[in-house]
Amino acid sequence: MEQLLANPYVPPLILTAVIILVFPLIAGYIVLAERKVLADLQVRLGPMRVGPYGVLQPLADALKLMLKEDVIPSQSDKWIFWLAPVLSTFTALSAFAVLPLSDRFFVADVNIGILFILAMSSIGALGLILGGWSANSKYSLMGSLRAAAQMVSYEVPLGFATVTAIMCAGTLSMQGVIASQLERGVWGAFDNYGLMLIPTVLFIIAGTAETNRAPFDLPEAESELVAGFHTEYSGFRWALFFLAEYAAIVVISSLCVTLFFGGWLRPFPNVAALEMPLNTLFPAALFALIALGCSKGVFRQALAGFRLVMAALTGLFLLVGAAFALPVANELMIGLFWFAFKLAAMVYLFIWYRGTFPRFRYDQLMDVGWRWLIPISMFGLILNGVVQLFARG
Amino acid sequence: MSLDSVLFYVLAALVLGSAIMTITRRNVVHAAVWLISALVGVAGLFLSRGAEFLAGVQVIVYIGGIMVLFLFVIMLVPVHDESTQRRFSNQKWPATVAAVALFLWVAFIAVNGVGMLDHPGMAEPLGPGSLSENSEAVGLVLFSQYLLPFELASILLLVAIIGAIVMSKTRNRETES
Repeated sequence: MEQLLANPYVPPLILTAVIILVFPLIAGYIVLAERKVLADLQVRLGPMRVGPYGVLQPLADALKLMLKEDVIPSQSDKWIFWLAPVLSTFTALSAFAVLPLSDRFFVADVNIGILFILAMSSIGALGLILGGWSANSKYSLMGSLRAAAQMVSYEVPLGFATVTAIMCAGTLSMQGVIASQLERGVWGAFDNYGLMLIPTVLFIIAGTAETNRAPFDLPEAESELVAGFHTEYSGFRWALFFLAEYAAIVVISSLCVTLFFGGWLRPFPNVAALEMPLNTLFPAALFALIALGCSKGVFRQALAGFRLVMAALTGLFLLVGAAFALPVANELMIGLFWFAFKLAAMVYLFIWYRGTFPRFRYDQLMDVGWRWLIPISMFGLILNGVVQLFARG
Repeated sequence: MSLDSVLFYVLAALVLGSAIMTITRRNVVHAAVWLISALVGVAGLFLSRGAEFLAGVQVIVYIGGIMVLFLFVIMLVPVHDESTQRRFSNQKWPATVAAVALFLWVAFIAVNGVGMLDHPGMAEPLGPGSLSENSEAVGLVLFSQYLLPFELASILLLVAIIGAIVMSKTRNRETES
């Protein structure tokens, strides 16, 4: 076992397999969280039928999607119709290879990690474009055209914001970016006397557009284009597009967390006094609180099966909380915890946007992209460069 | 055969095969997809030679930028009409001459060895040991030794961008009046 783990190829392969197997489940629960949060913002309950409070809804959805008939339009370009969702999912999952999940959990720490993520996201855009074209439907085609124009436009400010962050960190490696933030004792977002906030905000806006999320979800604008580029897709192929979209959200959020919010570092990593409260008390208390919330459900649920599920969830969260109190388990998981915590905050931000902002009109989208974001991002790059030149000598 | 050369031949076969498919497909979108596959193969070749930065930029610029715009235009063309028309114009002979000339040129270099391309003042080729600083090395060479060509290329692109804007604007004014 020890010998096997010492082989340089084995741990990354195991981690890759785990990511590919577990991510669909995580994506399913992000969808559930999204539906619940949106429902809450609109004073509804959201999914409540499958399992207590709808906690088993993602499993039911996944089963439904896999059993659904897979319709291929007769006039479509079958070869490309098949290729497009595969391309999207493949590239979105490939980008996970360079994400620094924690100080010890990462598949690869390559010198071009950030370039690799940008490259994969640009190939992923082709999946959307080809998928919409191959269906031979006008709605799909319109969705694809919008996707193509939007991707090309918003890749520029996203790139400039990324370049500013790379300039600040001085490396293209994802772990290197985090190491530089630890060394400088400040999150990327607040570096250069707070001037790095400009690229941070731009990155979040352009990242939302790059992942086709509301208010930039014009490629699939359901009120105008039925479902945009995936109008003709159904069943498992549609599920692949869905998976790719959520994978892209997680990848962009991870990139943002890594570049600007310290990755797997805890807040204030240089203050030794906060080591115990933030690394042990906070996660343990957080999971205990979640367990307490779940335990309420044990008494409120009417069905015996639902009570059992809630009791199991209570036990699970208590166990995880207790694990953080153990020094050995804590050391193993704490990086992963902070990364997941920041990631969850970013994903929540994306959901919040969707529930708050109305969709842009197409000309407004282009206006914001070209006349505001790109000049501001260039200005932010030059400003940060000048400040860095003088401040660091 | 080492892993390196196996990788090279696989990628070379991918690039050449995709390139042949690109020029023989009747459906333009299929041709574009094969072209993307060829470009990915070239990025793989860069990667196998240790030029990580070039590989990343190859994918971002050619696939993320240029091919997306290609597809954007191609998607507006009715593919079925296109595939029944004769593909090649009357420039068959000039094209053949150009292709043969290019082939002879590449073959000449291949026979004489890459060394004939050396010139005084050329940057030192990067050894396998310097992999970890690939991007930095590219940046340093580009902004010191090759600054003039780099800036000239930037100005050329700037002129092209301004030209494109001017052309699209004048057409708008004519249609409005």
